Amino acid sequence: MTPVLLIIVLVALAVIVVAAAVLIVRRRRAATASGSGASAGDVADRVVDRVAERSAAQSGVTGTSLRDRLSKARAALGGPLASALERASSSEEAWTDVTEALIRADVGLATSSEIVSAARARVEPGADGSQPAVVALKSELRDRLGGFDRSLARRDDGAGPAVWLFVGVNGTGKTTTIGKLAKREADRGARVVLAAGDTFRAAAADQLAMWSERSSAHIVRGAEGADPASVVFDAVESAAARGADLVMADTAGRFHTSQNLMAELQKVRRVAERGTGVVTETLLVLDATTGQNGLAQARQFTEAVDVTGVVLTKLDGSAKGGIVVSVQTELGVPVKLVGVGEGIADLVPFDETEFVDALFD
Amino acid sequence: MFETLTDRFEAAFTKLRGRGRLSADDVDTALSEIRVALLEADVNLDVVSNLTARIRERAVGEELSRALNPAQQVVKIVLSELTESLGGERLALTYASKPPTVVLLAGLQGTGKTTNAAKLAQWFLRQGRSPLLVGADLQRPAAVEQLRTLGGRVGVPVFSHSRSPVKAASASLAEATRTGRDVVIVDTAGRLAIDAEMMDQVRRISKAVKPDYTFLVVDATVGQDAVNSARAFHQSLALDGVILTKLDGDARGGAALSVKEVVGRPIAFASVGEKLDDFEPFHPDRLASRILGMGDVETLIDKAESAFEAEQAEQTATRLLEGTFTLDDFLSTMQQVLGMGNLRSLIGMMPGVPRELRSADIDDSRIGRITGMIHSMTPAERADPDIIDASRRQRIAAGSGCRPADVKSLIDQFKQMRSMMKGLGGLGGKRAPAGSRARSSKQSGRAKQRSGSQRRSGGRTTPKGPAPASKAPLSLPGLEKGDWPGFN
Repeated sequence: MTPVLLIIVLVALAVIVVAAAVLIVRRRRAATASGSGASAGDVADRVVDRVAERSAAQSGVTGTSLRDRLSKARAALGGPLASALERASSSEEAWTDVTEALIRADVGLATSSEIVSAARARVEPGADGSQPAVVALKSELRDRLGGFDRSLARRDDGAGPAVWLFVGVNGTGKTTTIGKLAKREADRGARVVLAAGDTFRAAAADQLAMWSERSSAHIVRGAEGADPASVVFDAVESAAARGADLVMADTAGRFHTSQNLMAELQKVRRVAERGTGVVTETLLVLDATTGQNGLAQARQFTEAVDVTGVVLTKLDGSAKGGIVVSVQTELGVPVKLVGVGEGIADLVPFDETEFVDALFD
Repeated sequence: MFETLTDRFEAAFTKLRGRGRLSADDVDTALSEIRVALLEADVNLDVVSNLTARIRERAVGEELSRALNPAQQVVKIVLSELTESLGGERLALTYASKPPTVVLLAGLQGTGKTTNAAKLAQWFLRQGRSPLLVGADLQRPAAVEQLRTLGGRVGVPVFSHSRSPVKAASASLAEATRTGRDVVIVDTAGRLAIDAEMMDQVRRISKAVKPDYTFLVVDATVGQDAVNSARAFHQSLALDGVILTKLDGDARGGAALSVKEVVGRPIAFASVGEKLDDFEPFHPDRLASRILGMGDVETLIDKAESAFEAEQAEQTATRLLEGTFTLDDFLSTMQQVLGMGNLRSLIGMMPGVPRELRSADIDDSRIGRITGMIHSMTPAERADPDIIDASRRQRIAAGSGCRPADVKSLIDQFKQMRSMMKGLGGLGGKRAPAGSRARSSKQSGRAKQRSGSQRRSGGRTTPKGPAPASKAPLSLPGLEKGDWPGFN
């Protein structure tokens, strides 16, 4: 293309983009002006002000470095909510403190303030002090998280293998989760075949193969860069041929924002059911350290491949995994399993009471 | 969730326009929204508290600029505070006088240490160094295999030891000296900051290799806990810098602010994709906008708004899509577009523009020549280039110091563009979100303005009526690579 035409075309493009963008912005602004963001702002203000008060009270000296102040604030929070609540001089402060605890657990500002208002409605008007707040909040959370079927579905028609598909963004622990779960299911008497559907990441199939040795599960793998759908298809065929009843399919980590990779995943899911297989679980593996982006991840994966449950990994660290509260309440997708360590047995069923207690530890 | 900060408190600020200084009350109104934005972006609560205190200090009493409204002005202050917080001192990598220079990578599980070890190795290769990769992750099955595969891909040898990560690391130095490698990159196992045994192991690895640089690998999707793990790693290893990964998703990346505040060392590199090439020095300004939810499109819009009258931009777009775009329109548009800044950087911000165009080489002197040629035309010629014959061409060429062939090529290409854009306007509404919105929304305004105009009217190709409220992302339909005429 000649430079002149290039410039002309670009200028033309610019004007179109700008015009469209201006319209979008205008529409958005109109929408924002009519809605109210005030309540989230108020909550954020109250919580942040409390944090500032506390850190000012702790540091005393204004000259200390920020880093010192941060660690002091953190240390003082040490046995966090409990001690903060002891100092709460009114129920208003107590509510602010529990909101803070939720935000620190990655529950998210909007969800936290919504949960706190719901919990407040449970407390009798006259009740004072911090204890009623915590009790009400915990039962509110338990109610929101409870009542889901957390079992992993198998098939009872005997017409072919059930397929459990594992999906998620990069580095959340899909392969490790499959390794642990294969062992658990094999121990319970299932005949398991592993499908090394992550053909992108270097040595991902080797990693899964090492796990398959630990659980004596058969593994089906393709070449690096092979079509993951074909690997999963082969695994289902192989499972059917050997009379295995469960296929656990690994997939490459992918960002929910990549349309091509999400389309690839949809294809994997379709092809998994082309033969005798039926996908009975599509499990989204979420890392407990994930922040607010976890909800976007869950939403997009659910839209693309109909996620049936979440595996919350790395919950043995200091991160609380609070984002699953939003995932479960907004998308109705329950957490089914929790990863609490690197050992083969460190995969446990999700328990809402334990989870809620841990949010405030 | 996706509205920008400017949008959010624009409404709150409308009544404040025209006052002299930002008052404490004005700023507090804005700070409330800033806190929400920062928390939604996963910035740690303590860090939010500190940042907003600093922003408040900077903003209160600031004289109102004439060019910006109060909302924009506060956003500007916030952006520059965030940019400074994220940036500040840059990491200047220097090489050990007695090679090898040792780089140690550490972090939680799944942040991307192994992948980024290979990316870093490639980066060092491009700096003219000869790196050695060291697999000291014996925890995760096949981690060393992964490193070997990646090392093979970038052409860098990989050294490991089958039993002990500490031995692998310490023996690697002799191996590097023996094989003449001048940079050693040690990939360690992912570990939780609260795992005392594993933290002790990484300390021992660090003692064994005495790294010149220790990088913490941090995942951009991490939430509030980022400060805790960063602090623990910093206390154990005395970090020199941070590598921020997984910026290819849509996470806002507020964790980077948290980590930066705790560690106080520069964010040296950003990993922006899965390919080994997707690795670059960190840009604090880009991440600051991202944390506030102001994508590049927003930057573009902001720039556009200062350069264009919104109404005018819409009208121009309509004429373009209806095929009634004149050389005069083109000239004024081009000048406005140039007013927004460098043409190339603008293209970079536009969504949906093919990669080939983004990387195209645009010579600014060409723009001057185009301007010259158009200025040498009469108004009639600009309105209707079809009337330009050989003798008019001669005159225009003489007037602008070009060859007649240049004039011809400009006019041909202008017409080519015009028919291309008109074709775009004729596409179905569904396939043409950007175009249809721009087009149909101001039919009435355009009709009023141009009734009685001398110019030929272009055929209306779409029905009247309000644009359908579509939430489709901005895209330029039909402009895939193959649709660019003459573009190879």
